[in-house]
Order: sequence, then C-alpha cells, then structure tokens
Amino acid sequence: MAVERLVVVDRTAFLHRPDYRVVRVLALLGLVVGWELVTRTGWVSSLFLPAPSGVLAEGLDMARSGQLFVHLMTSLERLAWGFGVGAVAGVSVGVAVGFFALADAVVQPIIAATFPIPKIALLPLLILWLGIGEASKVAVVALGVFFPMAINTYAGVRQADPLLIRAAVSFGAGRWSVIRKVILPSALPMVFAGLKLGAGTALLLLVAAEQIAADAGIGFLILQSGNLMETTKLMVGIVVLSLLGVASYWALGALERAVIRWRHT
Amino acid sequence: MRVVVERVAKTFHDRRGRDVVALGQVDFAVESREFVALLGPSGCGKSTLLSIIAGLLPASAGRVYFEGESPPGRAPLTATVFQEFALFPWRTVRANVQLGLEELGITGLERVERTRRYLDMTGLDGFESKYPHQLSGGMRQRVGIARALAVEPAVLLMDEPFSALDAQTRTLMMDELLGIWERTRQTILYVTHNIQEAVFMADRVIVLSRRPGEVLDVVPVKLPRPRREGQQGDPIFVQTTDRIWGLIKSQAQAALLDDEVVTERER
Repeated sequence: MAVERLVVVDRTAFLHRPDYRVVRVLALLGLVVGWELVTRTGWVSSLFLPAPSGVLAEGLDMARSGQLFVHLMTSLERLAWGFGVGAVAGVSVGVAVGFFALADAVVQPIIAATFPIPKIALLPLLILWLGIGEASKVAVVALGVFFPMAINTYAGVRQADPLLIRAAVSFGAGRWSVIRKVILPSALPMVFAGLKLGAGTALLLLVAAEQIAADAGIGFLILQSGNLMETTKLMVGIVVLSLLGVASYWALGALERAVIRWRHT
Repeated sequence: MRVVVERVAKTFHDRRGRDVVALGQVDFAVESREFVALLGPSGCGKSTLLSIIAGLLPASAGRVYFEGESPPGRAPLTATVFQEFALFPWRTVRANVQLGLEELGITGLERVERTRRYLDMTGLDGFESKYPHQLSGGMRQRVGIARALAVEPAVLLMDEPFSALDAQTRTLMMDELLGIWERTRQTILYVTHNIQEAVFMADRVIVLSRRPGEVLDVVPVKLPRPRREGQQGDPIFVQTTDRIWGLIKSQAQAALLDDEVVTERER
C-alpha cells in the first residue's frame, strides 16, 4: 500500500476580499472616459449629454465670472442654517425623549405621526407661514434633518450601557451628570450616523425647494439651465451637487474620527 | 465606620407576575477596617445584596445603615468595583479614576494629587493616557480599583472583581489587593463564589445559602497576616475551606440541578 501525504490547504481562500485599490480608481476613470467618448464620437448629441471636458470648461468659466460662486454660497448658507437648526433640535429632542419617560410618552407618538410626511410636501405651507424668502427653505431643510437626528439620537441614548449608568450613579452622579458623562458619549456614534443620513436628506430637500421657489442656488441653476436648454450649465450644477455630497460625507467622517477618539486610537 | 445589614430581604417580580424571593432575611455587620468576604453559590443573591448596600437597588424589607465616626471630608459611604469593570470607554485611565472625585466636587490640586496617589498605588503609572480598550483585563480592573479607592469610601464594595480575569492574573491581582489592604486598612466587603479566594483574603467569610439567600454561617479565618500564597497549604487554610465547602456543597449541587437559575444579571 502506497503511503500518501495529504497537505492541508486553506479552505477559506474563496472568502477573502482583496482591496482592489487600482480597480476603484479605474472604475471612476472609465466612467468619465466612456462618457467623453460617447459624446465625442457623436453617438449622443451634446445637447442631451455634454462631454465631461465641456462641463469642466463651462464650470471654470462660471467660476471665473463669479456666477457659480453666487449660486454655491446661496445654497451653502441655506444648508448650513437648515442643517444646524435641524441637528441641534434633533439631538435635544432625541436625548430628552430617550432619557425622560414623560417626554417619551408625549413626543414619541407625535414623531411617529409626522415622520412619514414627505417634507417637501410641507414647502407650500411653510412658504405661506414664513414667506417666499430664505426662512421657508431653511425650515424645510431643518425639518428633513430633524427627524433622522432625533430618531438616531433616541436609539443611541436607549443603547447606553445600563452598567455604566449604574457605575456613574454609584460614584455620586445625578441626572445631569449621567446625561453629560454617560448618555451623550454613548449616543455619539449614533448621532454621527444621523448626521450623515441628514446630510443626504438636506441636499435633496434644498435642491427641491430651490427648484420650486428661488432665484438663486444650485437647484435654481439646474432648473433654469434646463428650461433654456443650456445642458452644459445644467451638468455643472449636477457635478457640484455630487461634489457637495462627497465633501460633506468626508467632512463628517473626519469630524467623527476627531471627536470619537476612543474608538480609533 | 461599620456597616450593619439588618433583616434585609428582596423579592423580585418576574415577567409572569410571580414573586421570586432573592434574599430571605439577611443580618450581618462589617466592622471598620475589616476585610469580609460574602460567599455563596451562583444565584444566591450576593450581588443583589451588594447593590442594596450601595444604594443602587431598594430592599423589599429591612434596612442598611452605617454607624460610627463619620469619615473626614466629603467621603462617600460606599464605592463599588464591578465584575465587568464598568470603565467609561471615552475616558482615559486618568479621567476614569477622576470620575468619583468630580462628582464629590473635589477640584484643583487635591484632585490631581489624589488621582496620582491611587494610580501609583494600583500600578497604573505610565498608563494614565491610555483608553480602556487599550488595556488588558487585569489593567482594566486596576483602573476600577483605583477609581473606587480614590473617593476613600467608608466601605469598599467589590462584586466578584477578579472573576472575569484569567487564573494567573487573578492570583496576581489578589496578592496586590491584599498588599493595598495592608497599607490602607480600607474596610472591604468582597463578594465571591470562590472559597479559596474568600478564605485567602478575608478576616471573616459570610456564607450565604442558595436562593432565597440567607446567612448559613459566619466563618472566621484565623490565618495570620500579612497573607502569603504559601499559606494556601496551611492546615488552618485547608480546614477553613473544608468547613465552608461542607456548608455549601449540597447548596451548590441543588443550584446545579435547578432548571430556572436566575442569575442576578438576567433579572
């Protein structure tokens, strides 16, 4: 009988997930190059889909003339106010509802009833109340940010480890100390998840509001360019929105890493 | 100060509305500067009792009081060392130790010096700026001990402080705790289910029965101090552990067969 030698092989090899860093870059480049080719060769009329090179040139032009800057700053200002007001209100309500049983009983059903309303449906009402100016646009963005922030903060507060709360109390912490030293830090990761969700919602609502009633802003730029068949300008607006989304996500991630040091060191 | 536990009983209501008697009627006292172990099989309500003494859980009947000369300054009655450490992950070692001092309103130089003193005492110097997740289990519990010692409580409550550690680390930590006790003579009430651990460390061992927990006996440990590991072969050590095992063997067997062991954590 022959003596056999059976070498053990790694049977989990098919489960490995390599990084494919080069592929990540190539995929994005491929999209842009493909897009450029499709218009250069005349497959698609540049009236419907302008080439990326054209969009870039137009964008630089608009930046030089200051036109892009005006729209961008108008939008950013609305975003900052709406996001700030919505986030602060959302975190405050989330903490209160998560910690105080009475606040939970009062606010929870109200949130459950109002959360499913698409916020953009409220814009006409907000315009009626606050006028057609900045306030109504800021308010609709704030509403959109408020709900994910409140719901996420609430979940974060409820997740706080009861053992840590007991430990804090055993060392003499009262209600406010427990909130400040245990509940808030415990809820921070969920708060940041809410901020990222809220950033997406804020952008969506801002553009929608600017396309309904505005005379400046990226949303207005896109709508107006579309009406005038200025497709290249329209694409500039869309690319700016994409960059805004990526930048806000990146900035929030960086802020999260700076604030939640204990998880990353 | 001495702690008196007087006819303390505790009944929980489970989800089906039935009453579960965790503690029957418990009476004992811990004298000032004494090291007392509270020993019992799992589910005997010893952690429940400790929570009642710490004021973290109301008793169903009876009372707990402290008597004697009030401790100087703003010292609290109790401080607890938890089995699962219960360190704040977002605070560095130093900030964890400072927590109790912050709540006592101790500020400035005194806070800095006290923190320093107890970090040194527990062998944590050099680790002040680390976060808990960067430490081993043994080092984490040192932080737990330093945090509790720092408030200089009338009684230090320890809830199975080393049972989450591996056997070797546990032995080393017991030695260190005894060393700290020799230096400070801090009154300690130490909960454990390990007979050797209780006899090796304590002046007296209060033996609890299984649920409903009641005091079976209070066993004095006549081993001389300071205690050394070698004493675990001492005839007094062996006799004392045998005596305690005789008291709780049938209890532990019954607990093993109990199909509805409700540990205190699950209530």
